[in-house]
Amino acid sequence: MHLDHKDTFPERYTYSAAAPVRPDGTRRALRIGLGGPVGTGKTATVAALCRALRDELSIAVVTNDIYTREDAEFLLREAVLPPERISAVETGACPHTAIRDDISANLEAVEDLEAAVGAEGNGPLDLVLVESGGDNLTATFSKGLVDAQIFVIDVAGGDDIPRKGGPGVTSADLLVINKTDLAPYVGVDLEGMARDAKAQRGELPVAFTALKAENGVRPVADWVRARLAEWTVGPA
Amino acid sequence: MSRAALLVLADGRFPAGGHAHSGGAEPAVAAGRIKDAATLERFCRGRLHTAGLVAAALAAAAAAGCDPLLLDDAADARTPVPALRQVARRLGRQMMRAARATWPDPALDALAAARPRGAHQPVVLGLAARSAGLAPLDAAYAVAYESISGPATATVRLLSLDPFDATAVLAHLAADVDLVARQAAAAAERVATEGIDALPAASAPLLDITAQAHAAWPVRLFAS
Ligand SMILES: Nc1nc2c(ncn2[C@@H]2O[C@H](COP(=O)(O)OP(=O)(O)O)[C@@H](O)[C@H]2O)c(=O)[nH]1
Ligand SMILES: [Mg+2]
Repeated sequence: MHLDHKDTFPERYTYSAAAPVRPDGTRRALRIGLGGPVGTGKTATVAALCRALRDELSIAVVTNDIYTREDAEFLLREAVLPPERISAVETGACPHTAIRDDISANLEAVEDLEAAVGAEGNGPLDLVLVESGGDNLTATFSKGLVDAQIFVIDVAGGDDIPRKGGPGVTSADLLVINKTDLAPYVGVDLEGMARDAKAQRGELPVAFTALKAENGVRPVADWVRARLAEWTVGPA
Repeated sequence: MSRAALLVLADGRFPAGGHAHSGGAEPAVAAGRIKDAATLERFCRGRLHTAGLVAAALAAAAAAGCDPLLLDDAADARTPVPALRQVARRLGRQMMRAARATWPDPALDALAAARPRGAHQPVVLGLAARSAGLAPLDAAYAVAYESISGPATATVRLLSLDPFDATAVLAHLAADVDLVARQAAAAAERVATEGIDALPAASAPLLDITAQAHAAWPVRLFAS
């Protein structure tokens, strides 16, 4: 029996986000979660980020579908990354559980991608994007799974979402307000949304995007580059 | 021995991946075999006395100190369909991650190193119980209970079944869980003298067949 352990938090066994260093001592890939309600543009953001960054970074994606492998299959069809860099986690009708309360399947998917890409001889991954299955405004990622999270909402969901708040809107490291191209059609006041978001989030950044437009993902891609620069120089 | 450790291990919120699995309830609901509390109870009783008993005995044997690699082979031999072998190993790997963080132990490290893709979940759970200072009977209880609480929780989500009715089903089956846990622990005890074949090999062919078919469904809510 082994009841007396001095190390209360043996993260080195679990390689959760609490352990930023690989077993060989190098810094592991930055993990960024993308959450937000269904249909706001999470998969579109992931696809656009892959296209914008794949020439400069080694990227992999984990999707968490509510059912089926829709998102993973969309990314495969769009060929944003080779198939061995995309992995789908099944969530048993509870997408928020898989990214917050029981992150074991997602951690396994991330580690398997790191191992698979490493085994191809392409060197280590720089960035892993984890897309949540799309849930309500309260779903957030565990710090044990990701290093930073992006919360994606859209203008079509109504301009009162930033005002209503919720943990995703108020505390995500980046709030993306997508589909600004639709604002005129749904009668949404973008400046009002920006004011409400500022009131909820203080200094935390907000990006307005129109992903259908050329280079529409630019503000998000720039934010990811900045996080990665910080991550790479961060204390090991 | 800490009895409270058993509550931690048997808690449905123990973060070892169980929430994404229905224990065969999803195909049973789709086929109309589970449609209300009464049919859920029948399903759970059947699963408990077959797959539940086998898994509980494997866990009890691991908790008693039997060689986990031998038990892992015994689990393979008692799991005829590839889909369920794969699920058991995937859940075993997730259980291993949670167990090593919760009750660190060189015995867990050794099994993780020997089976990096995961050993069968009941074997890992039994070893985790041992690391937590629990007895073989405790491990058997945790697995026997899990064999019915998984499908009951899944059915609440799949059928929007009244959660009070689903919990009452689990309460009705308490005496059966007692019985199965004791049978499992007794079988595990006999392994020392009679060898691994003393472990039960009860089977539920319909659970096996539907699990294999379910693994190929293009649209499903649960991973198994
Ligand atoms: N008009 C418009 N449609 C968008 C934009 N971004 C995404 N969409 C569309 O919105 C739908 C849902 O996007 P998706 O990325 O699948 O959302 P998810 O559920 O959050 O992953 C798709 O049909 C996208 O093509 C945008 O900026 N403008
Ligand atoms: Mg999506």
